[in-house]
Amino acid sequence: MSFINYLSREINCKIVYYGPGLCGKTTNLQYIYNRTNPDAKGKMISLATETERTLFFDFLPLEIGEIRGFKTRFHLYTVPGQVFYDASRKLILKGVDGVVFVADSQMLRAEANIESMDNLRTNLAEQGYNLDTLPYVIQYNKRDMPAVSPVEELRQMLNTGNVPDFSAVATTGEGVFETLKSVAKLVLTELKRGAAR
Amino acid sequence: MASPQMVMYEEEFAQVQAVTDRLVQDANARVVFVVDKNGQLIAGSGDTGDLDTTSLASLAAGNIAATGGIAQLLREQEFATQYHEGVRQNVHIQIVSSRVILVVIFDNRTSLGLVRLRVKRANEQLMRIFEMVMAKAQDPYRASPFAEITDDDIDNLFND
Repeated sequence: MSFINYLSREINCKIVYYGPGLCGKTTNLQYIYNRTNPDAKGKMISLATETERTLFFDFLPLEIGEIRGFKTRFHLYTVPGQVFYDASRKLILKGVDGVVFVADSQMLRAEANIESMDNLRTNLAEQGYNLDTLPYVIQYNKRDMPAVSPVEELRQMLNTGNVPDFSAVATTGEGVFETLKSVAKLVLTELKRGAAR
Repeated sequence: MASPQMVMYEEEFAQVQAVTDRLVQDANARVVFVVDKNGQLIAGSGDTGDLDTTSLASLAAGNIAATGGIAQLLREQEFATQYHEGVRQNVHIQIVSSRVILVVIFDNRTSLGLVRLRVKRANEQLMRIFEMVMAKAQDPYRASPFAEITDDDIDNLFND
């Protein structure tokens, strides 16, 4: 749910990075944080365990520019990927405007990707959202790993709705901003569409 | 969409700001914030200078979301009030109309009793204001700023 403030002329939107454990959601945010002009970003918050696994969420506020005099801000969140943190994942999806599904390209993680995608659908439905109508993109991450599934195979498994998808190596930044730009654009287009209804 | 978009117009913003300004004074608090349940900062009063307000808003909302999750497991509707006691500073958090969060940060210049009392009054005032905000947001005849935005505007935002 976006938030529009006429007085400060700001539009705030919420984007959630979803995906199985260790797929690189936090790494995406860290790369964005490291490569963004200090004026355009706030502090990155990571609520993580002692072993740096996401416990609740990571949060990164990002300003991307002005549309018709309105400062446009995106609040990026990640969810904890580990299966047993499902209650936390549901909470973070509340009020979401757009979703990035980060898939782990490694062959061994195929099942975890599908499980996480099913979990995303279920948790969104519980909040009254439908993944097929929500601004949503997929990122096939870890393309640099040795035993990865071909992109076409991942696409068949995960991208049944034919949404924009991107190959990525989040550690080096490959595909990271392309993914973000794509989902941000979809979110704004959806808001515009909603306003016209 | 699962929940309607929140749009804050100048009139209601000024009213919210007046409530938070008054609460800072009446409760002798350090800072008062109003935050949307999704973590967006709506208004703030008091000594906000050295505070990272964006992070604070997101964490307060995360906190409320987690407590709401506990409430659900216990079959409680919600825990409307929370209090965190520190060595030098304390935080009082109140849910308003199940929709926004009123955060009061205070130190030993005041007391929890006074903060609670003043929060109660501010809560009632904010409830009325946010009812109006939500009614306006659902008014189909009110133009959204997005209605005038073109596809080119959106494309231009992403041109390097």
